[in-house]
Amino acid sequence: MSTDITIKKGLNIKLKGVAQNKVSSVTRSKIFAINPPHFYGITPKMALKVGEKVNVGDTIFYSKQEEKINFTSPVSGEIKEIVRGPKRVILSIQILADKSDTFKDFGVKSPSKLVAPQIKEALLESGCWTFLKQRPYDIIANPDDTPKAIFISAVATAPLAASYEITLEGKEKEFQTGIDALAKLTEGDIHLSIGKKSTSFLENIKGVVLHKVSGKHPAGNVGVQIANIDPINSGDRIWVIQPQEVAIIGELFLTGNYNPMKIIALAGSQVQSPQYYKIRLGAQISDIVKENLVDGDNRIISGNPLTGTTVGIKDPIGFYDDLLVVLPEGNHHRFLGWMPFIGNNIFSMSRTSLAWLNPNKEFKLDTNLNGEGRAFVVTGEMEKVMPMDIYPMQLLKATLIEDIEKMENLGIYEVAPEDFALIDFISSSKIEAQDIIRKGLDLMIKEVG
Amino acid sequence: MKFLRKQLDKIKPHFSKGGKLEKYAPAFGGIETLLFVPNHTTKRGAHIRDSIDLKRVMIVVVIALVPALIFGTWNVGYQNMGDGFGFWDYLGFGAIRFVPMIIVSYGVGLGIEFAYAIFRGHDVNEGYLVTGLLIPMIMPIDLPLWMLAISVVFAVIIGKEAFGGTGMNILNPALVARAFALFSYAPAMSGNTVWVADSVADGVSGETILGSLAGNNVPTTTVMDMFMGYMPGSVGETSVLMILIGAAILLFTGIASWRIILSSVIGASLMGFIFNLVGSSTNELFNFPWEQHLLVGGFAFGMVFMATDPVSAAQTTTGKWIYGFLIGVFAILIRVINPTLPEGVMMAILLMNVFAPTIDHYVIASNIKRRKKRLQKVKA
Repeated sequence: MSTDITIKKGLNIKLKGVAQNKVSSVTRSKIFAINPPHFYGITPKMALKVGEKVNVGDTIFYSKQEEKINFTSPVSGEIKEIVRGPKRVILSIQILADKSDTFKDFGVKSPSKLVAPQIKEALLESGCWTFLKQRPYDIIANPDDTPKAIFISAVATAPLAASYEITLEGKEKEFQTGIDALAKLTEGDIHLSIGKKSTSFLENIKGVVLHKVSGKHPAGNVGVQIANIDPINSGDRIWVIQPQEVAIIGELFLTGNYNPMKIIALAGSQVQSPQYYKIRLGAQISDIVKENLVDGDNRIISGNPLTGTTVGIKDPIGFYDDLLVVLPEGNHHRFLGWMPFIGNNIFSMSRTSLAWLNPNKEFKLDTNLNGEGRAFVVTGEMEKVMPMDIYPMQLLKATLIEDIEKMENLGIYEVAPEDFALIDFISSSKIEAQDIIRKGLDLMIKEVG
Repeated sequence: MKFLRKQLDKIKPHFSKGGKLEKYAPAFGGIETLLFVPNHTTKRGAHIRDSIDLKRVMIVVVIALVPALIFGTWNVGYQNMGDGFGFWDYLGFGAIRFVPMIIVSYGVGLGIEFAYAIFRGHDVNEGYLVTGLLIPMIMPIDLPLWMLAISVVFAVIIGKEAFGGTGMNILNPALVARAFALFSYAPAMSGNTVWVADSVADGVSGETILGSLAGNNVPTTTVMDMFMGYMPGSVGETSVLMILIGAAILLFTGIASWRIILSSVIGASLMGFIFNLVGSSTNELFNFPWEQHLLVGGFAFGMVFMATDPVSAAQTTTGKWIYGFLIGVFAILIRVINPTLPEGVMMAILLMNVFAPTIDHYVIASNIKRRKKRLQKVKA
């Protein structure tokens, strides 16, 4: 059974440097890292000290707020260093990797024979729990909740996004086992969305409600799919998880090992030959990009160019990301660049640039802001890229003035920062919409919970 | 360009933090960013950005105003001099009268904007690029420059900066200027002598079509002349053809809301049609054909360039339909039944500016209601 969802509002941004269908492996990094800031809202409490040995799957730290949630080692080795920032915040835990991995044994289990508390325990112990995120708020799920549904989006619409057909290849058995395990955690359905033209095994997965999604970005955003299928009301909890993470959970039950291997895409105009790589989470980015970059002032982004985070060459890729994008920095002036029809090599949703004449062109965009921040002036532009029953500008304004009741009324529970990413992009006033929404969600966590 | 950039970079340190001209940084920034898109890169949020910014939005509107501006300037000469002269004669005469108005408007308005930016330490906003051109285009050509200057001062300070600057104002600043001038200097703003340059001295009849209708005289202007704009009026308003070219630019680029323009035309047509049906023997305006209502007065100019001002208009999609429609209705209503104010467009837009937030409030309330209903259904 499947239903079709067509998203009409939105914007596809075609960028240069789409990853080609080729998967390579990378040399094993000497140093692996796990960075607590990847887990939004978590305050880490260390379980190990510098110098201690770890196997793959051993707990390195746990959440101070919810001690059941463990964050485990992606690699076996020795804790080398704990990097701290201002106020002694833990920024990164560096692990000196062994030549080959030894795994902590969690035991082979068949999810169909387990009940919810057992599944939860297995996920929490192994560190797989951290893959489950909760809507509203876009934070790691609370193990004490029972969500009304679980959503998985295997639709890639973001610019330069990795194709799920490539990243999931050969993982059918693991994926199905993962679904079997997750099915125990909700009384509702597991909703799996795939692209309308998708040809992967996902179509044959059992125990899910299948949705075929077509349309412009953000059609692939899980929040947009939730809004169309089963919108979040005040007090609801929905969990979301990404397809590769489902397969990692599946492998945990099939083999008894937590084995966080992912296929990620390396893309963008500053990559010489954009392609896919098979990596272990925590691997250093320098080992992935190596000599594959075009020289210049580059920005490496973990995640897609709309929602990702700037990372350094020594950092690991973001825990939840399956994409590394390298773009040129845009720290240059453009003479009279604000005049219409000047700078037509920069993509624009409006027709004030001739970019619209080339609908199939792959643009080479840099990180220039292309303007300066201003007050809200132009109306109607945000609505063009917001395919949810939300008034984006009004919600942003309510959030800015921290009017909690209004935020609730206007649907703050239904959105995540990523749903406002295109608004960041198209805003003529250069409104930092994702940032505003993230702060708004934090306020709601604090005030409402 | 490199030379210019080098010069700017050379003097920039003086305006930076700790420099001796630090407090003039907003003024320097205003000029620098006019010449060069800044080298700012994205720090938060999306790493890539659309090439559009507020400067570009505003300049597109200015470009859209140019056809009406050139025609209007020409028409100033034509209305004063009558037949028998060449294009450049008319344009030259018009320019001598109109260019000083533009200079005063921009000079005074931008002066205040820069002063505010320096005083408050914020960036110079682009809003006045459009407002500064709109104001002289909707004023009578004979308006003394000092009256224009005072109207600009009022519009920028009370109409805009008092609310927090571009994006925060409730009323369209250009119309605030016009309303201020109308109520403060009524003789210079209305009547039969103000719409044609030097009409008193030259003995030219400068009566507008609406003016003559309000005096219960049926005007002799042909419909074609109304459409082309060969009639007395302010610089911007007379030529519907030129305004339509501007509208095409605004709609094609996606800068103006087609919903507001379309719904205002529907509203005005409907209201005009109703008056035609009712008819009147004492008020000739009742009998003025509804389709011609769209061609005269400031209707076309107001709908395309003023009603669509995103800051003072309704912000929601549904709200825009209602807002535009009511502007159309009120423009004709005021025009027809209030003989002291033969031009109702300005009043209609200002009135709806005030009500736009209310319209949006009710539109958004329905969204809120829908959400609450969904919640109740789940709870039940």
